[in-house]
This record gives sequence, C-alpha cells and structure tokens, in this order.
Amino acid sequence: MKKVLPENVKVIQVPCTGRIEILHLLKPFEEGADGVYVAGCQGDSCQYMEGISKASKRVAHVKKVLQEIDIDPERIEVFELSASRGGRFVDVAYEMTERLEALGPIL
Amino acid sequence: MIVAEPKPVKEILEMVQDSKKVLTIGCKGCVTVCNVGGAKEVGVLASTIRIARKKLGIPIEVDEFLLERQCDPEYIDEVKEIIGQYDSVISIACGVGPQFLSERYPETRIFPGVNTQFMGGAVEHGVWSERCAGCGQCVIHLFGGVCPIARCSKSLLNGPCGGSDHGKCEISKDVDCVWDIIVRKMMEQDRMDELLEFKPPKSWTTARDGGPRKMIREELVK
Repeated sequence: MKKVLPENVKVIQVPCTGRIEILHLLKPFEEGADGVYVAGCQGDSCQYMEGISKASKRVAHVKKVLQEIDIDPERIEVFELSASRGGRFVDVAYEMTERLEALGPIL
Repeated sequence: MIVAEPKPVKEILEMVQDSKKVLTIGCKGCVTVCNVGGAKEVGVLASTIRIARKKLGIPIEVDEFLLERQCDPEYIDEVKEIIGQYDSVISIACGVGPQFLSERYPETRIFPGVNTQFMGGAVEHGVWSERCAGCGQCVIHLFGGVCPIARCSKSLLNGPCGGSDHGKCEISKDVDCVWDIIVRKMMEQDRMDELLEFKPPKSWTTARDGGPRKMIREELVK
C-alpha cells in the first residue's frame, strides 16, 4: 500500500537544499509552524557537491538561534535521504510530526 | 573592511523589551560583506525578534530597512520620513551607524545590533582576520608588507618577544607569531639588514592614544 505524508506536513520544493537560507527556515516559525525539517539528498550523492552539507550547517545555526530564544532546537532537523527510497521520505515526516506532537505547540 | 559579529539575540530582545514597533536598519557597506548587517541579516534578525516575542505572547511589529551606508549623512537622511513611527531602532551596522543615527535623530532610541570587532579581511569563506589597527601612520613597508601593530599581540616593532614558539604566539596556538612571518619574509627577500636599521620610536599620537581623531580634507570641504 502506498505510504502517504501526514496531513499537517506542508512540503516546499526547492531545486537543491543548498538553496535554503536561514530566513527560509525561520519564516515558518514566524507564521505559526511548530517545526521545520529539511529532507535532502545524501552527502555523498549531492549533484551540486555540497548542497546538503550547506543546508545542515544552516539548520545547525537555526538550532542555536531557537535555543537563544528559548525554543527547543529539536523543532528543526535535517535528514539525508536516498532519492530512490521514497518510503523513507514519508517515514521522516512521521518521525518529525511525532517529535513535534510530543513537544507540543510552541506557544 | 570593518568586521563585526551579531550581538546575542537575548541582548537585543532585552534592549527592545518595552518596544512595540521597531525598525531594523542594515547597511550595504562592510557589514554586508562580512555577512552580519546586510539585507539577509536584517530579515533574519527581524524574523527572530518576531518569533521570540510571539512566543512570549507580546507580539511586536518589526520593519526592515537597508541603507546604502550608515556612515554618510545623506544616506542616514533616507529614513527621516519614517523613523518617527518607531519606538526604537536597531542598527546592524558597525559602531558608526548607531551613532550617526543617534546624532541625526536625537529623539529616537537607537540600539546597536552587532558587536564591531576589527579592521580586517576574509582569509577564507566565513573566516575573517585582523589586519589594520588604524594607527594613523602606516609602516607596513618596513616589515615586509606585514603589520606588527595589528598582528603582534604586543604590537612590538623591534622583533619577537620570548613568547614566540615555532611560529605561534604564546596567547594561542591558533595565532601566528607575526614576527616569525616578518623575519621569514625579510630573509626570503634578502632584506634582513633593513630590520637592523635604527628607527626612532613610533609616535602614537596619530593612533587612538592621541584621543578621538578627525580628518579634514580641505580640497573636499564645501
């Protein structure tokens, strides 16, 4: 049976996770999201060499920013996935939504 | 360029804790180049403040503005029509910016959003290093193109101290002993004899030691 994404996950497609900037990661929080995650390629198969590693560094930075303003840094995460394993894309969505449900709303 | 780093967000939040409407002003000069006060950083700071205040249940309106430079009065003038609408302003330029804004708009509360560090350059992406101490009388040419004032921990002008160890400074293994660099360079250029020439003590009156400085270029003054 085909796996489907949780309904409360909004997917924003980007050409490469290296394009995601810090502000892109913060804006969802500003607009009320309980968490954000980046689902990118695996480090050793990045078409642009360092897309996912750039995204990982930016996510790490935003974790620090969130910590500074007393928001749990676990609310943002980065996952490295293989493009050929669509099932894992859905799995991380559930992993993240379960984590956020456990944390509860930010406010 | 003038190199700066962001102030901790908590410090900025404390500064604006009584404000309901804040203007964040960036600068397209040095702080844009060192990724601390340009358009992107204005957006990030504004967004961070909004998120933090929303979490506290005390929403805040944060607007964003970017000036060509904050060290020239004509650019500072660009916010004259809007600045009165805000309880406070956060300048994320070097220390010059908040002061120029404060002088031009004495009624407005201006806060610095960055900690200005030094005059230097990017030695690699994301890494900046001090190169100039602004002493007011450049002597770089006497030391193989390397400044011992800015780069020696003691600003020594007459050779390394006893803390030089295998090319590193005693203050940290991450800091090069600039005198090791200078001597090696002068040896490579066969100019060691120049380092042995007698030179009178440097006058520090042109540096900060002589008090706050001002420069007047008569040919430019209107």
